[in-house]
Amino acid sequence: MIKRFARVFVVAACVAAAAGCGGKEKAVDGEKPVATESGGSLKGDLGPPQGPDVRAVLTTPPMVPPATGRKTPARVIVELDVIEKEMPISEGVTYTFWTFGGTVPGSFIRVRQGDTVVLHLRNMPHSKMPHNIDLHGVTGPGGGAASSFTAPGHVSRFTFKALNAGLFVYHCATAPVGMHIANGMYGLILVEPPEGMPKVDREYYVMQGDFYTTGKYREKGLQPFDMEKAIDERPTYVLFNGMEGALTGDKALTAKTGETVRLYVGNGGPNLVSSFHVIGEIFDKVWFEGGTRFQENVQTTLIPAGGAAIMDFHIEVPGSYVLVDHSIFRAFNKGALAILKAEGPERKDIYSGKEVDAMYIGDRASANLSAVSQATTAAKTGALTAEDQVKAGEALFAGTCSTCHQANGQGMPGVFPPLAGSDFIAADPKRVPSIILHGLVGKVTVNGKEYNSNMPPMSQLTDDEVANIATYVLNSWGNPGGRVTKEEATALRAAKPATASEGH
Amino acid sequence: MRAVVAGAWALTCLATFAVAAGNAAPGYAGLPGGTFKSALAYEDAKQGVRIAPFSLMRKPVTNGEFLAFVRAHPEWQRGRAPKIFAEGRYLEHWQGPTTLGDRALPEQPVTWVSWFAADAYCASVGARLPSWNEWEYAAAADETRRDARNDPAWRERILAWQSRPSDAALPRAGLQAPNAYGLQDMHGLVWEWTDDFASLLVSGDDRNQGDADRNKFCGAGALSTDDRDNYVVLMRVAMLSSLEARDATANLGFRCARSVR
Repeated sequence: MIKRFARVFVVAACVAAAAGCGGKEKAVDGEKPVATESGGSLKGDLGPPQGPDVRAVLTTPPMVPPATGRKTPARVIVELDVIEKEMPISEGVTYTFWTFGGTVPGSFIRVRQGDTVVLHLRNMPHSKMPHNIDLHGVTGPGGGAASSFTAPGHVSRFTFKALNAGLFVYHCATAPVGMHIANGMYGLILVEPPEGMPKVDREYYVMQGDFYTTGKYREKGLQPFDMEKAIDERPTYVLFNGMEGALTGDKALTAKTGETVRLYVGNGGPNLVSSFHVIGEIFDKVWFEGGTRFQENVQTTLIPAGGAAIMDFHIEVPGSYVLVDHSIFRAFNKGALAILKAEGPERKDIYSGKEVDAMYIGDRASANLSAVSQATTAAKTGALTAEDQVKAGEALFAGTCSTCHQANGQGMPGVFPPLAGSDFIAADPKRVPSIILHGLVGKVTVNGKEYNSNMPPMSQLTDDEVANIATYVLNSWGNPGGRVTKEEATALRAAKPATASEGH
Repeated sequence: MRAVVAGAWALTCLATFAVAAGNAAPGYAGLPGGTFKSALAYEDAKQGVRIAPFSLMRKPVTNGEFLAFVRAHPEWQRGRAPKIFAEGRYLEHWQGPTTLGDRALPEQPVTWVSWFAADAYCASVGARLPSWNEWEYAAAADETRRDARNDPAWRERILAWQSRPSDAALPRAGLQAPNAYGLQDMHGLVWEWTDDFASLLVSGDDRNQGDADRNKFCGAGALSTDDRDNYVVLMRVAMLSSLEARDATANLGFRCARSVR
């Protein structure tokens, strides 16, 4: 098999060379062989157990047991308790969970490839139901299920050799199996490769599950299981670690910038496939499907029901990173949301944070925004001319002022006073920027006609914009001309006249 | 809602009266028998299983009743019953072999009893354990209907009990309203032994459907369940299937039946 594989590899290299890509042959030589096999279960038996028996350290989520640190296979004793108990599934909502080890997901088990695992499944005496366990890390029919059918108040034992490295789901497979899984009976077992996993700063255990209650999402009280919804695959909750908010607020995962975080993520199902994603991070590595190889630079990784994945990412920038199922309504309407909080100094070179919060005029001023930006640039370099201001003001006027005063400054008889040839403006040109900033209330007489309306303040405009609009108005439609500067606008903003409007 | 409940009560009384008109002994309710469609698929009885008329205890056997039994039959006292007939935890919640104590009140259903002990008890009162079919037939009823199994509300009620662990003290027997046959606590109090529980062989691995262990089945007795809606019945079968005859648990009791002569 290996021989045949090698031959295929050589042929592929020749084809690449024949295609005429110069230097290609050399590049191929320099690369590592792309598809070395680790050998699977055939190579997984690393001999009989050595040394004294090891008691497996089981951890409750989101914690992960320490690396086995062993260079040789051992006999590992795992004692797992089946506990049926009522626990919160959301705030004010409880559910009767069936658990491995008293938590959802169940205790994390960590062994090394080649280990002989002796599994004791202990069903608590007060349990209502018999249970068993199927570990996807087991080579053998049922993954151990048929060998571990355990009545309440009983303990079963079976032994398996962990032949394949990887991250594997375990779950209960007692009838009705879907219900046992839906009640939270699943967890993860990590079978480390012989050389162990690469070292990282922090490891966490996160597992998704879908839950089916007769009551609606967040309906208070003890909620029974709903078989109908489960069969129809319409979950009431989709959760990380068995409870809405299990990993948010004070219970958020933590890390520091400069650290590499590894997540062991499982999907217990029973029904949904997870589009697992961490908002604001890119997975540097994903051991997709929990297997031996990793992919790099991944945004979202698919985790099938009854599957798992391992992902590493280095944290550069502090802040809260949100873990979601990117099938996004599950995150925001069914609970599939967790937080990883990273502390550390800001790295503005990598992520600036908010730099600008300015008004965006959008298509209201679509006429010619280039004049506005030109004026802005000119203002910064000190080269702003009255002409620039008029052009910019014209564009801004079209967006902001023309709705009432009309594009040609004629106003509307009896309602909005005219700006064109206005004796009111001519009498005091500085009124213009002040009225733009503060609005105007009460009677005014313009060109012999009385107006009594309420102009709201346009205080959302920047001082630049006020200056430019006012300059445009003063230099248009037969008005007296002149110029309003940004500094004047700033001063006028501070001084509120008696006739100012309070708005609409 | 209240009116409906009241109506149900009236019906119950009528039904109870009608059924009890048979010749059942005191403490027993007479059941008419007939053809019954089990949640289990019997290959040799596609139209349903025949159930002969029988009578069944109205309530599960209580600690008080079982105490009288072990006093009269000392060989079934805790510590004296052979381990092969009753595991180490047999009646462990009693204060002593012939004393009940705080954790086993006289009116509570007896638990921590093996199948052998239950079988002996029934024999001592001139009765026997009901067969699975009899038990399932009797337990298919709710307060007003003899077969309520297709009612989702019936399933939800039973499931609510099944899904709760047994870490709280049991209520006394006979608190719940009688079902259409006049039987109380068929659901919602304790699991119950049946005479033929050992022939209920649920696969330890639920996913072996279609590739069953044929060694587990003998001739026409081969069973399977294909009624996915009746998972509440299936769970009882799974529970009984997980036990051996010497086993005792915190939530498993029994009641006795009599054939009608």
